[in-house]
Amino acid sequence: MAIFGANGAGKTTLLRSIAGLIGNEASQITYRGRSIGNARPDVVAQMGLAMVPEGRQLFPSLSVEENLMIGGRVNREGPWNLRKVYDLFPILEERKAQASTSLSGGQQQMVAIGRALMANPDLIMFDEISLGLAPVIIRDIYKALPGIVGGGMSAVIVEQDITKALAVSSRVYCLQEGRVSLEGRSDAVSREDIARAYFEVE
Amino acid sequence: MDFVNAVVQGTLLGGLYALFAAGLSLIFGVMRLVNIAHGDLIVLAAYLGLTTTVVLGVHPLVALIVVVPAMAGIGYVLQRGVLNHTLGDDILPPLLVTFGLSVIIQNALLEGYSADPQKMDAGVLETASVALGPLSLGLLPLLTFAIAVAVIAGLQWTFYRTPLGRAFRATSDNQDIAQLMGLNKRHVFGLAMALALAVTAVAGILLGIRTSFDPSVGGGRLIFGFEAVIIGGLGNLWGTLVGGVILGVAQTVGATINPGWQLLAGHIAFLVILAVRPNGLFPRISG
Repeated sequence: MAIFGANGAGKTTLLRSIAGLIGNEASQITYRGRSIGNARPDVVAQMGLAMVPEGRQLFPSLSVEENLMIGGRVNREGPWNLRKVYDLFPILEERKAQASTSLSGGQQQMVAIGRALMANPDLIMFDEISLGLAPVIIRDIYKALPGIVGGGMSAVIVEQDITKALAVSSRVYCLQEGRVSLEGRSDAVSREDIARAYFEVE
Repeated sequence: MDFVNAVVQGTLLGGLYALFAAGLSLIFGVMRLVNIAHGDLIVLAAYLGLTTTVVLGVHPLVALIVVVPAMAGIGYVLQRGVLNHTLGDDILPPLLVTFGLSVIIQNALLEGYSADPQKMDAGVLETASVALGPLSLGLLPLLTFAIAVAVIAGLQWTFYRTPLGRAFRATSDNQDIAQLMGLNKRHVFGLAMALALAVTAVAGILLGIRTSFDPSVGGGRLIFGFEAVIIGGLGNLWGTLVGGVILGVAQTVGATINPGWQLLAGHIAFLVILAVRPNGLFPRISG
């Protein structure tokens, strides 16, 4: 599933609310029949929701491997472990002892993705997955996505690049000023629909 | 010879100051909390040690078995019950609340133990010494220094080699993201305070064996702790030990020149280092 929308539309706010970083009324967010709007972020994480935050936000005082290991703290059952993350992004194994801040932006994004995967979430949320990354890196990351989502994991992607968002998702939502201005199957929405939803030319 | 002796004695004294400082440094490092009540918590630990030795009739060092877990428990409850509620973007509330806590602890100790100076009896440990050439080193200062090194090595190991230390560092780096990793920051902070007060317990017992104490001496210990932390550089535990040693040496050397200069010399050393190296001698290199 992909979410897009102009700056300030509320995409990040939505993801942060789901993750529990922004408090809401309990009933405002429901996950698997449970009201989690007011749940603490660590409790939400235990329930199987993980987030790759905008701007990576790695822990600077932890090494690459420690960043990944702390992601595994949630300790849920599942296919992902340190070995699998290194298989997915081999460069990280070479750099595992380095400070996470010494990596390039793309490698940092790999760590951030690996860190979220280590929790073996049922749902992984990517906030601005390609923001600030070189096109070639973005391509690599998108290439890795099917391998990530393949194992029954659902993904929510917030993306500015609508073409990319449509290509990898099955459903899209467009947000505008905090409201859903368009929703539909990714292969069924037209460019005109999106433009209208994005800019509200009604 | 007097001078060499002063340096050696000051170095050993620095071990005690490093113990005062280590808990302070840890709390600030993990949750950016400046604990004004830290000195009074050291004194509280000394009184708990005193009560333990009197009631159970044990040696003060044996009392550590009771006082360390007791202080750790107090730390956890204090953090979760009170201090967590003061933490936020504003640094003023924790300062004010710990200042209030300092007043409360002092007065509670006054009420419970009176203002009379107390001292723990450690028997021969207090007077025993080993000769090292022309120098005579007290067994207690040596032991204190060895404990300080062991405690700091232990904290260092905990911070950089254990999952708990990883949780501390991650929470210190970015509280929001640390919570996304399933860490409950309130619990992490509680554990950090528990660990800090466990160290404080050791410091308090050693203080109570070394000198007499009364409920009002906490403020002075707080200053020594602060000075050691800042001389060494915030967030650097080994730096804190060096800071304690510099402070201790400055004090004993000052006292050798003129007994009245002991405290003043320590403060001057602190001010000089603050003027020359405002970030301390070994600031943590941050990314």
